[in-house]
Amino acid sequence: MDIKDIIKPENLVYSKSKLFTDKALSYCPGCGHGTAHKLVLQTIEEMGIESETIGVAPVGCSVLAYEFMDIDIQQASHGRAPAVATAIKRLMPEKFVFTYQGDGDLAAIGTAETIHACNRGENIVIIFINNGIYGMTGGQMAPTTIAKMKTSTSPYGRDTAIMGNPLKITELVAQLPGVYYCTRQAVHTAAAVRKAKKAIRQAFENQKLKKGLSFVEIVSNCNSGWKMTPVDSNIWMENNMFPFYPLGDIKVPTEK
Amino acid sequence: MKELRLMKGNEAIAEAFIRAGADGYFGYPITPQSEVLEYLMAQKPYETTGMVVLQAESEVAAINMVYGGAGCGKKVVTSSSSPGISLKAEGISYMAGAELPCLVVNVVRGGPGLGTIQPSQGDYFQSTKGGGHGDYKLIVLAPASVQEMADFAKLGFELAFKYRTPVMIQSDGVIGQMMEKVELFEQMPRWTNEEIKKISPWATVGKTPDRERNIITSLDLDPARQERHVYKLGAKYKEIEENEVRFEKIQCDDAEYIFVAYGSSARICQKSIEIARAKGIKVGLLRPITLFPFPKKVLNKLADQVKGMLTVEMSLGQMIEDVQLAVNGKVKVEHYGRVGGMIPSPDEIVAALEQKIIGG
Amino acid sequence: MTEEIIIAGFGGQGVLSMGKILAYSGIMQDQEVSWMPSYGPEMRGGTANVTVILSDSRVSSPILNEFDTAIILNQQSMDKFESTVKKGGILLYDSNGITRHPQRKDITIYRIEAAAKASETGNTKVFNMIVLGAYLKIKPIVKLENVIKGLKKSLPERYHNLIPQNEQAIQLGMDNVKLIQKV
Repeated sequence: MDIKDIIKPENLVYSKSKLFTDKALSYCPGCGHGTAHKLVLQTIEEMGIESETIGVAPVGCSVLAYEFMDIDIQQASHGRAPAVATAIKRLMPEKFVFTYQGDGDLAAIGTAETIHACNRGENIVIIFINNGIYGMTGGQMAPTTIAKMKTSTSPYGRDTAIMGNPLKITELVAQLPGVYYCTRQAVHTAAAVRKAKKAIRQAFENQKLKKGLSFVEIVSNCNSGWKMTPVDSNIWMENNMFPFYPLGDIKVPTEK
Repeated sequence: MKELRLMKGNEAIAEAFIRAGADGYFGYPITPQSEVLEYLMAQKPYETTGMVVLQAESEVAAINMVYGGAGCGKKVVTSSSSPGISLKAEGISYMAGAELPCLVVNVVRGGPGLGTIQPSQGDYFQSTKGGGHGDYKLIVLAPASVQEMADFAKLGFELAFKYRTPVMIQSDGVIGQMMEKVELFEQMPRWTNEEIKKISPWATVGKTPDRERNIITSLDLDPARQERHVYKLGAKYKEIEENEVRFEKIQCDDAEYIFVAYGSSARICQKSIEIARAKGIKVGLLRPITLFPFPKKVLNKLADQVKGMLTVEMSLGQMIEDVQLAVNGKVKVEHYGRVGGMIPSPDEIVAALEQKIIGG
Repeated sequence: MTEEIIIAGFGGQGVLSMGKILAYSGIMQDQEVSWMPSYGPEMRGGTANVTVILSDSRVSSPILNEFDTAIILNQQSMDKFESTVKKGGILLYDSNGITRHPQRKDITIYRIEAAAKASETGNTKVFNMIVLGAYLKIKPIVKLENVIKGLKKSLPERYHNLIPQNEQAIQLGMDNVKLIQKV
């Protein structure tokens, strides 16, 4: 097979979503954000809803999400994406609205907005990237940083007696009646990516059916913040993050 | 037939939101403005005009809901009182940066801190000099009657969309709580999706193939581009200063002295004028209606005519700085005010004029 | 004509609604009006007062330090507002619960035993309408028909069946107001 054969359309095995802009991703090599972006964009593209979708990306590593996603996007202030999305959806109920938030944003500064949007059952999708650290500001302790984990503001490891416990916000919001679907996924292996994709699709389909809030957590790595190679960070994640944040559905709709 | 009603300022502005064709109101209860949300919930405009009314979990959430709605080109509004406006300040700065039109109503109470629930004008600096961070200005309208509470809701939306900027209506506990006769303007239709696309082509309503994607953001990490953006905002504020100054002159023609006062203080000063003129003191009133842009030129001109000016504010003296800048040392300018929720009485103001300006 | 009134008493006596009916009556006869309440925690059981102004011309200040008429319905209000009546002005009060009667010699004073009359009727809720009747007898600044119109405007429709009762109470006040001192 020479190059002429390789570039033939019928030999195409992979292409990026049309909804990616041509801007190179600014995420660190090895980071899960790019894959998570891809899954969201692929879902929107496959459902054919790009002209009806408004994304909300707040402060954190994903603050520049609007540079990479070729859809209408609002950049929200830190933690407030669920409030911003609430208004967008209520004012334009026929549109699709999602937020894309990190752990510091969603589970620390924006806890109130997260819980109340979930509790009201806003008909939106929340994509929650949990890497247990503040990546954008250089690796400080996050609300989801697990016990004993070292960060720049817990340099000797998170001492839960002093610094409090890691917050399982996904289990917490799953209790709320407004949350229709709640799941925890990962994007570090091909199998995980396939499952995560299915979950995101499910979330957007729920919105189409006006079912209420769908909450998709993606436990991801932060190789830069964790100060590991990408490969090591994924192994560390499997060994340390997953036992505390087990993957799988937390709340699934019971009715047909 | 014109529709006359006896309404509280807070009720009149809430009714005016509906009639101005607002798409959404997002608020959080706080005295002395809770009647706004209460009135809207009682009226249920979501069943008539389709206007969304939502009690948010906090003032912070409310202003960010306004951000989201404004980003979609919708007519959206929030109201609060001083401590709540401090919480909203970040969101207001974001909206100024992202050039989003909206209305923010502040029914001012005494501060600092939790302060008091009684009327005050201590938020002048917050409204006109910032409040939030960064280089920005708000158009600030100061109603002095229940009628103006209603009328400025409509005017506020017009200005907000004309300049793509947040507009602040700075009221206070007196104007919010008092009832007066108000003539309500007729119900305006809400904008259709097609109208919104025309009026606000920048709005995030879903990217269609005929255009580039729309992004609502106040962020630009490239300093050169951010500088261009801030210069653009600056040019807009200059344009606003040139075109949108509003004020009212009362008995200024023969005046030897001038009160400068806005909002409820301007109302009280009108009684002071009656008292002073009965004593033979020729005093008039210059009432700024826009606190930004401030009526600098007319004050500078009046300074050529009068012997002195007394600013009357329910604060330690905030607007007086703008008056002093406007008259540029031509005449004596002094301040009289009460704070902490106390309201100056008409005769107190006359006494202050006699002591600080005429005798001083 | 401008009439500047303070109505002061306990929260729950209907001070604010009496002021509102008066203001609405003014609107019904094309007057300019303002109604400025005290507000806040004192609304809940403590003292309440409202400044009502009716005028043929634009109302300047809604906040005043002296009044043409003070309608005083408890002792705290007597202590606070007796001194604010303009020289030659009018003070109308209900002696129920009053331990120190008005002492000024330069104002006209009327009394209405509204609380007592209200309990005689068996409906204490019409207390404020009895007071209003007494005031309108002294100063007929608004016509009774406009008061009825004002009542209709300020009462929710489901209470409109109570309007005849209120009208009777106004008449009761008119019939029972007593002049104590004239200047």
